[in-house]
Amino acid sequence: MEYEVNGTTIEADEEGYITNLGEWTNDLAGVIATAEEIDMTEEHWAVVNFLREYYEEYQIAPAVRVLIKSIKKSLGKEVGNNKYMYELFPYGPAKQACKIAGLPKPTGCI
Amino acid sequence: MEDDVKKFLYVNRKAPYGTIYALESLEVVLIGAAFDQDVSLAFLDDGVFQLTKSQDTKEIGVKNFSPTFRALGDYEVTKLYVEKESLDERGLTLDDLQEITWEDEDDDYEEKPSIRIVTRAEMADVMADQDVILSF
Amino acid sequence: MATLHTVNKSPFANQSLLSCLAHAKDGDTVLMIEDGVYGAASGTGLADAMVAMASRVALVALQPDLNARGIAAARLLDGVKTTDYAGFVELAASHDRTQAWL
Repeated sequence: MEYEVNGTTIEADEEGYITNLGEWTNDLAGVIATAEEIDMTEEHWAVVNFLREYYEEYQIAPAVRVLIKSIKKSLGKEVGNNKYMYELFPYGPAKQACKIAGLPKPTGCI
Repeated sequence: MEDDVKKFLYVNRKAPYGTIYALESLEVVLIGAAFDQDVSLAFLDDGVFQLTKSQDTKEIGVKNFSPTFRALGDYEVTKLYVEKESLDERGLTLDDLQEITWEDEDDDYEEKPSIRIVTRAEMADVMADQDVILSF
Repeated sequence: MATLHTVNKSPFANQSLLSCLAHAKDGDTVLMIEDGVYGAASGTGLADAMVAMASRVALVALQPDLNARGIAAARLLDGVKTTDYAGFVELAASHDRTQAWL
């Protein structure tokens, strides 16, 4: 599949993960989020930005339990808990948030 | 269910980019970490090359996965045994390896080193102490 | 608490057999399979080291792999036993763990 952003076509795989991580922009994140039926709030962005930083540093998207543990540490337990993260990203925080962040599907995510 | 916890050792004996073994090993470790077992990693022979600093794969067209070793602590993989003789034979010391740490939640999130340098005899003891050994 | 070590590469191509022997504990078994069986031949540069090991670990070579490579029984090192596929399974079952030296 593919996304249209400001007149540019961005390639993605059949599940909607973009093919070239370098093509990611904030605008693209908004377009992917819309396709996922998510209204991006400040908390959504915090998770997406965290994922991008984690990937930049470690070259992997974290597993969901690692994501939640890390978010809890950096943003507090109001955001960093299973229930709230699933409210933000109903189809799975790691899977859906990674897609919006322009990262590959997390390792170990089936 | 403490009784169900087994000791798993992932043995790494290959250099990082010449074959796919090293990357495959790391991926299995990350996936396997979800099963709450007692996991250790061993690096010996050319496997010690996986942990060296300053790897830059831009021009060979493969992913540099060396930064991922620094994420292992997040996955509660905190024991990386590195064989001293293997380092010596290759002209390496601990200073040539990346700094890899884990945060001890039970000790005020103190950063502790994950790499443990062991002699060949100690490595043999580590291996003989496992329930399951996975070789890469 | 013994370990079954398997070695499947020629000792003249890489260090796996040597590394295996350097880490094996007394009472362990080293099973040579595939190209690993070249390590079981006499008259090689490794023969002395192998014979010295035979006193503390059991050295075993897989007969079908010896046959395939034309390594006759007369050429085997003293102290090396041979086994078949069923024997391989027995060894795996009778040891506490198996470690493959790739």
